Amino acid sequence: MAEVLQKNGVSAPRARWKHLDKILTRPGPFTDEDWVPGEDVIEGLSRTKILVIGAGGLGCEILKSLALSGFKDIHVIDMDTIDVSNLNRQFLFRHSDVGQPKATIAAKFVERRVPGVKITPFVGKIQDKDEDYYRQFTMVVCGLDSIEARRWINSTLVDMVDEDDPDSLKPLIDGGTEGFKGQARVILPTMTSCIECQLDMHAPRAAVPLCTLATIPRQPQHCIEWAHIIKWEEERKDVTLDTDDPEHITWLYQKALSRAKEFNIEGVTYSMTQGVVKNIIPAIASTNAIVAASCCNEAFKIATNTNPPLGLPGGNNYMMYSGDDSIYTYTFEHLKKDDCPVCGNVAKKLEVNGDMTLESFLESMAEKPEAQLKKPSIRSEEKTLYYQSPPSLEEQTRPNLKKELSELLENGEEVVVTDPAFQISFKFKLLFK
Amino acid sequence: MIETTPPPLQGPTSKEKKYDRQLRLWAASGQAALEDAHILLVNSGSGVLGVETLKNLVLPGIGNFTILDSSVVSEADLGINFFLEEDSLGGFRAEHTCKLLKELNPDVQGHFIAEPIESFITKEKPLDPYTLILVAAPIDPEILTKITLHAQATQKPVFYFHNVGFYSHFSIYLSHVFPIVDTHPDSATTSDLRLLKPWPGLLEFMTKKTTDLEQMSDHDHGHIPYVLLILYYLEKWKGDHDGKVPRNYKEKIAFRDQVRQGARTHTAEGGEENYDEAIAAVLKSLNPPSASSAVKEVFKSEECKLLAKDSPSFWVVANAISQFYEERGELPLPGSVPDMKAQSADYIQLQNVYKSKAREDFTDVVSRVRRLEDKLGRTVPVADKEIEAFCKNADHIKLICGRPFHIARAGEKVRWNERAKVAASMLENRESLIHLYIAFLAYDIFTNSHDADALGGAPLAPGEQDLQLDGEKMAGIAYKIVDDLLTEANKFLEGEEYDTVKSRTKQFVEEIVRAGGAELHNIATLSGGLIAQEVIKAVTKQYVPVDNTCMFDGVVSKMEVLRL
Repeated sequence: MAEVLQKNGVSAPRARWKHLDKILTRPGPFTDEDWVPGEDVIEGLSRTKILVIGAGGLGCEILKSLALSGFKDIHVIDMDTIDVSNLNRQFLFRHSDVGQPKATIAAKFVERRVPGVKITPFVGKIQDKDEDYYRQFTMVVCGLDSIEARRWINSTLVDMVDEDDPDSLKPLIDGGTEGFKGQARVILPTMTSCIECQLDMHAPRAAVPLCTLATIPRQPQHCIEWAHIIKWEEERKDVTLDTDDPEHITWLYQKALSRAKEFNIEGVTYSMTQGVVKNIIPAIASTNAIVAASCCNEAFKIATNTNPPLGLPGGNNYMMYSGDDSIYTYTFEHLKKDDCPVCGNVAKKLEVNGDMTLESFLESMAEKPEAQLKKPSIRSEEKTLYYQSPPSLEEQTRPNLKKELSELLENGEEVVVTDPAFQISFKFKLLFK
Repeated sequence: MIETTPPPLQGPTSKEKKYDRQLRLWAASGQAALEDAHILLVNSGSGVLGVETLKNLVLPGIGNFTILDSSVVSEADLGINFFLEEDSLGGFRAEHTCKLLKELNPDVQGHFIAEPIESFITKEKPLDPYTLILVAAPIDPEILTKITLHAQATQKPVFYFHNVGFYSHFSIYLSHVFPIVDTHPDSATTSDLRLLKPWPGLLEFMTKKTTDLEQMSDHDHGHIPYVLLILYYLEKWKGDHDGKVPRNYKEKIAFRDQVRQGARTHTAEGGEENYDEAIAAVLKSLNPPSASSAVKEVFKSEECKLLAKDSPSFWVVANAISQFYEERGELPLPGSVPDMKAQSADYIQLQNVYKSKAREDFTDVVSRVRRLEDKLGRTVPVADKEIEAFCKNADHIKLICGRPFHIARAGEKVRWNERAKVAASMLENRESLIHLYIAFLAYDIFTNSHDADALGGAPLAPGEQDLQLDGEKMAGIAYKIVDDLLTEANKFLEGEEYDTVKSRTKQFVEEIVRAGGAELHNIATLSGGLIAQEVIKAVTKQYVPVDNTCMFDGVVSKMEVLRL
């Protein structure tokens, strides 16, 4: 434990943690009867090894709050570098840090500000690390803006659970924000509802049909998407679109603007072009603070038992927050799904038209809120129906795409759908309408 | 309204880049309001919540902030406050937190005052420079009274907050009338298409576009905007029903079936998207265009009816729109049309039909405003832009009548006045956090009567020294507040009901006393997010602020807003 010297030179071992220690050394009306506050709790907290995924808006807050909650051994993963538009909320970064990796700068800043805490940064993707890496942590806190990354870490942590080894169970605490809204949730992999069970709560926005973009645009966004998806391919096919390159955005903006003029559509702006093309989600410091701190509050309770955390089996595990019209939270128990492709064991029943082609069925997987698969492969118990790779297999199975489901499968047959982006196998039992 | 000059070819300014993610929420007008604000934080105790709140205001670019705090930085501060460092030890906390907060955003001006509040408050008009005041508990109730009286007289928002252990609370006193035009309602609830009360121009357009509907090619039939489809079938319906529109749920269902039967099913997709849209819209958009009860409240309020020469412009416009509403039985048309399946040209024409009606209504309101201005002898006309914003969002304007919050004193009963009945009824709700609020009132009474050194110095928090004794004292104070509330509300509770209220109150009290006045960083950060968000709403006059009290319970992770 860090020895701290007071100004008068008298050793005061935990003078700095006076506030925290009140909670760590005293029982409360909601603590467990068997819980023994004091030395062991303090010791346990400082030994807890915790992983933070994301060093952005939520990540900065999470690192700060964990460091000032008594966690001493923190790791952080982020692949991004600092952009000027981060500075309105990512408070561990300064203008001079623009272009530097977020994980490194954030770790250094918090280590400097809170002596005694060790923060180990990793600049890279979560997929770069394997189970051995994730096994070293007691728990994982996520502050991500990508659903894909969440699904990946979720299925990794579920797969890691070994029933005979309680240490293999890593609580996953996840935060997310959008404007004045957000959520914080706690997952005990295999025991309680997981990210995949809850996927349909974060349905993707419906895409505008291509024919609307191509022939009957009505909104400024349609003109921008037309420039983005159609015009760029036509005119600048060999240039990879970089949405951070002002020249590229300006080009799209001007194309969108002239199309809008042609159709008498008002409202195309540079800012809107950027927003549509980069799929920008509004983000502010205050919502990040609320959601990140809620995650850290749960992490602290899990690490110390100073109060019951969210996520216990049978208890609430999800706090939904909304702050645009007054303040509102809904804290509830999201139930685990038996047919969850990650933590369940039952195939999900799906009603389909038997005369639907395999190709349309696979396309529908992208839009299904509970699947959201962009490059799906599919097999039945009997045979391989369609595989995206390797190329030879793709070629061999391609003719199936045009066939109707009822030609390929029996009514009620189970299929397995996979996607290279996740290690998840979706099991569906297809029932013909 | 319409961008006529060609937009600049160079991208956004550096400020627009930095604030891009927030400008998408509150736009340049909100940002300008933030930059004009000067926030005063009256800090006390361990003071983390106040500083965390400021962090979330400095980052988005508040113009000025000032920290008033006479504490000296201690070792314990460093374990909980992120905006202090080793070098700050022994220095003024106001100075060091101000310095480290300023680092977050070079565009923000930060100031500090390390003078004790007791002497600061006795100066000549000490609070005048500030536009909004944040007050951290504990504070001498006499000083808090002075601050709220100043706020009341100058119509400045004032916030008062607690942060102890796993709990926090804040109350807001907005001025006694706080109107908001730009409430940012959910776009799904805002379409006002006037389908039950179409004006001649809209009907004319519908007739033109639906002539020979049955004979149209599949392509044309499948591209008639759903708004026109509904209008078309409504006219048919009226023909069969003595000129009456579908009035109740049953009739609307029957009408919906009639629309459904009009869809062609032999198409490749087995249906028509525009008809699907029409069918989905029947139940939610066939409503008479009457104003919401909240808007009628605004029209009925005294400020709206009795205009004075110096009435805020909001009331002049509200009065003009209430005249408009009285005469026409409808609010000015907002004029926006949701996206729908249609040919580009048809959709744009439809948009223009709505826009030109909205323009007409707006012009009518403007002339009413000008007549009022003449009558009142006002010299500065209300900007067209302000009138336009009001017309566009007329059905979603919000009026908050600010209420002063409780200032609890030792030896004095807490008075609930006209909120007594509501508060007392909340007591029986086992999920409510009113019991936590009462525990915080007890906390104020306790600190008001206990000093750390028993010499009238810094207040002593319950549980700081004697867990057992303070717990009993606090419970006693809290029970008395409960009993006084029940008496004031003329409510009688006994037996199990009464015991439940007491035991729930006691649990909150015990958890507060356990903390002994300590803040937890997580709870300070979370609550600092909440308060900063509410400051932003109060300053920008956008979105809808809390009215007037919010509690957070970090044990179960729930918040509750109550008007107390």
